[in-house]
Amino acid sequence: MSSTEPTVPLAGPVVDGDAPLAPATQSIRIRLRTPSPLRTLEFWLVLIAIAITGAAVTLVQLGALGALDPQVLLYSAGLGVLGLGVHVVLRIVARDADPFVLPISMTLNGLGVAMIYRLDIAEGFAGWESAGIRQMVWTAIAMVAAIGVLVLVRNHRVLARYRYVAMVVGIGLLLLPLLPGIGQTINGARLWIQLGPFSFQPGEIGKIALAVFFAGYLVTARESLSIVGRRVLGIQLPRGRDLGPIVIIWIAAMGVLVFQRDLGTSLLYFGLFLVMIYVATGRLSWVLLGLTLFVGGALLASRVLGYVGGRFDAWLDSFNPEVYEAVGGSYQLVQGMFGLANGGLIGTGLGQGRPDIVPLAESDYIIASLGEELGLVGLFGILALYLLLVARGFRIGFNGSDDFGRLLAVGLSFVIALQVFVVIGGVTRVIPLTGLTTPFLAAGGSSLVANWIIIALLLRLSDSVRHQPRLVVED
Amino acid sequence: MNKELRRVSVATLAMFLALFVSTSVIQVFAVDDLQADDRNVRTLYASYSAERGPILVGNSPIAESVRVDDEYEFLRTYPEPFPYAHVTGYFTLNQGVTGIESAFNDFLTGTANEQFLDQLSAIVTGQSPRGAAVELTVDPVVQQAAYEAMGDLTGSIVAIEPATGRILALVSTPSYDPNRLSSHSTSEVLEVYDELLAADGDPLINRAITGDLYAPGSVFKLVVTAAALDSGAFDADDEFPNPASLTLPLSSSIVTNSNNSTCGPGDTATLETALRLSCNIPFAELGRELGEQTLADYTTAFGFGTAHEIPLTATPSTFPTGMDEAQLMLSSFGQYDVRVTPLQVAMVSAAIANGGNLMQPTLLERIVAPDLATIDAPEPVLLSQPIARSTATELTALMVEGVANGAASNARIEGVDVAGKTGTAENGETEPYTLWFTGFAPADNPQVAIAVVIENGGGQGQSAFGNQIAAPIAKRVLEAVLSR
Repeated sequence: MSSTEPTVPLAGPVVDGDAPLAPATQSIRIRLRTPSPLRTLEFWLVLIAIAITGAAVTLVQLGALGALDPQVLLYSAGLGVLGLGVHVVLRIVARDADPFVLPISMTLNGLGVAMIYRLDIAEGFAGWESAGIRQMVWTAIAMVAAIGVLVLVRNHRVLARYRYVAMVVGIGLLLLPLLPGIGQTINGARLWIQLGPFSFQPGEIGKIALAVFFAGYLVTARESLSIVGRRVLGIQLPRGRDLGPIVIIWIAAMGVLVFQRDLGTSLLYFGLFLVMIYVATGRLSWVLLGLTLFVGGALLASRVLGYVGGRFDAWLDSFNPEVYEAVGGSYQLVQGMFGLANGGLIGTGLGQGRPDIVPLAESDYIIASLGEELGLVGLFGILALYLLLVARGFRIGFNGSDDFGRLLAVGLSFVIALQVFVVIGGVTRVIPLTGLTTPFLAAGGSSLVANWIIIALLLRLSDSVRHQPRLVVED
Repeated sequence: MNKELRRVSVATLAMFLALFVSTSVIQVFAVDDLQADDRNVRTLYASYSAERGPILVGNSPIAESVRVDDEYEFLRTYPEPFPYAHVTGYFTLNQGVTGIESAFNDFLTGTANEQFLDQLSAIVTGQSPRGAAVELTVDPVVQQAAYEAMGDLTGSIVAIEPATGRILALVSTPSYDPNRLSSHSTSEVLEVYDELLAADGDPLINRAITGDLYAPGSVFKLVVTAAALDSGAFDADDEFPNPASLTLPLSSSIVTNSNNSTCGPGDTATLETALRLSCNIPFAELGRELGEQTLADYTTAFGFGTAHEIPLTATPSTFPTGMDEAQLMLSSFGQYDVRVTPLQVAMVSAAIANGGNLMQPTLLERIVAPDLATIDAPEPVLLSQPIARSTATELTALMVEGVANGAASNARIEGVDVAGKTGTAENGETEPYTLWFTGFAPADNPQVAIAVVIENGGGQGQSAFGNQIAAPIAKRVLEAVLSR
């Protein structure tokens, strides 16, 4: 997008392939010569991430195959090189970006690939049939997409301009699977579209578009939202026209719940919206109002919609034999807990457990698979990585100078946090089980691409915290 | 904005804390409960992936675990399925375990308390756990001969070494293939199981110890004779009235001898003659005079009423109580409600053969750990002394006479004195007979005591006697032992 704005001199001395100006190339040379301490730190951390991934894949092969398969090791080495590629791109286009975000994402992604590959071995899949190989290919695509975003989006504030486009795109992507012909129902949820041989979950990308929209919309509307309005029953309600977009989002979230039969995605969008509106306006009462609306809607749905009610039963009464045996009952939940218990404190070791017993062990239940083979210790490590990743995102929210960037960073980080909470909380019976993907770990191309784009945006935002763009693009 | 952000951070931290707590609860505090849940197949897999020890007879396996390429790692296989099915039992994944597989399950899996140190050292040294081998007393030559002698007949054979109680053969026919039940496909196992349940002749039933109990018929006369002689109330040459038929007291029922005639010539028949020719009327008289209590005491001493553990648990044989005179007289030649297992009948012969000392019958020779250390090797156990040595000697002579010159003639073996008694039990007006032979050989130095039972009159309804069908089968088994 930024390269389509040749008349706007972009922030700082950055690389621009189209720029014929000698000073630009001059500045690149200077940039490359001056080592950034952040990037040096990142380089070593990326090496550690590569080492962890390599070790995990090797252990999987030794544990589950009893032999080394050099080809798969070569593939994962390729991903490591690609990760180093992202690192090099950062040195050029975002040299002040946060040094932890990339290595954390790579580590999580690598652990996910290793576990999915391990489950393939258990199921006897190989080649393109193997979800692990596909996950590697998708990781490569996702990293390239992240590089694309880093190179194209040089100034995140440009995005604020397209907030209403983002809203339309976001809701459009969200509703796309409902279209007859291309929409697909997998495991009871209508979240996928099928284009030729590829199936894709457009809602994953949609959540980024919506985060962009929320940030852009709230930055402009926050004044009126927080000041104007009537007080009803002690709650400051916004004006009707300010309320419009909020209602639209609520209806969209409920629409997802009812028509796409997916509680998790619905919760994710709505939670994202509530957090962003709260951070923007500081109105706790609205959050409570929103939560009440959502919980009310969900409770109603649990009465009216069989699958939601089933999820609640499975959550509250998992070990009841009737619930356990029921279709859509707690079988998966209970088996996942057996797997986690089998792992115990230190885990069975990679390739030594039986994670393949649990249905959807490579996607929804990847965390139970990891918990079985890496143990509580491993899960704590994974949770700590997520927490650190989210904290780095929130840091941008604290330190950023422009409200759009701060809101966007908080929104994107919170999406990751909420997704982790909803999935792992569902698997470990903190909340009812819903069908979200675990960021970076779970098998699934759309999720990987979306999460790597989020990472690219967070890197871009963190770069601009230290390295302020000189021109404010605002309309 | 920072204040709100701080609160969101705290909320996010709380979400993660909830996850730290929930994972800890499941992976540390609830582990025992979760692993004890019977729906947890991981626990099952863990128990199956240990190499189960073999069951051996004469150093060759009749049940062993073979490494296979599936999630259970080992498949239980039975190299000689049919002759040994009722000894080994079957070993299914989750549909039950029977026979020796069940009785020594702890040892075979290696989880018995006696093997605790072995398990510990296996963990420390990183070896995969292995179960102990269970060696049986069964003699493969005798077992094979017994199984083959049964042919297509329905019934059972039990052969015991009298001096030790070691079971040399234990056969029940028809048999089945336990390999079909150890398949790792539960649906397949269920299908086979249903098929076997519905099959003719109930092949899953172990007729030697746990089938429907049999009426012993004339083989019970051994117990009555033993009681008569041992109690001192009668001698072998005491005489009894010898009518061709006898109307039971307070009844219209008529008792006849099996030949529908008198028991040999003469107005009276001796006890010796009555046993040799297997006459019913003299025994009805004898039982009446001995009385219910005396007979009950002797049956108990011979092992009736006890669930013998060999260590497969046998159904107790029964001698009825509270009988009227007619019932007592019927019981005295093994009819009415006297019911026995083939094991019990073999034990009666074994006790007579062993000079009146009844040894605890057992299938277990010894249990050997994977490192070849003996975990258990039981010594012979004296169960009871139902009769005196002198009684046993006298009874043996009568039984030899029964084979040499009497009703059990088809058990004769050239050059060897065989002691024996046949039986032909009635099961109702039109039901086919139950055919018996029990005895031991050689009479002067018994190596084996045997009981053979054939159901359904050996396929000949009410026209065949124990001597025609059961005695020749017993002879083949006795010969197999004697020619070892």
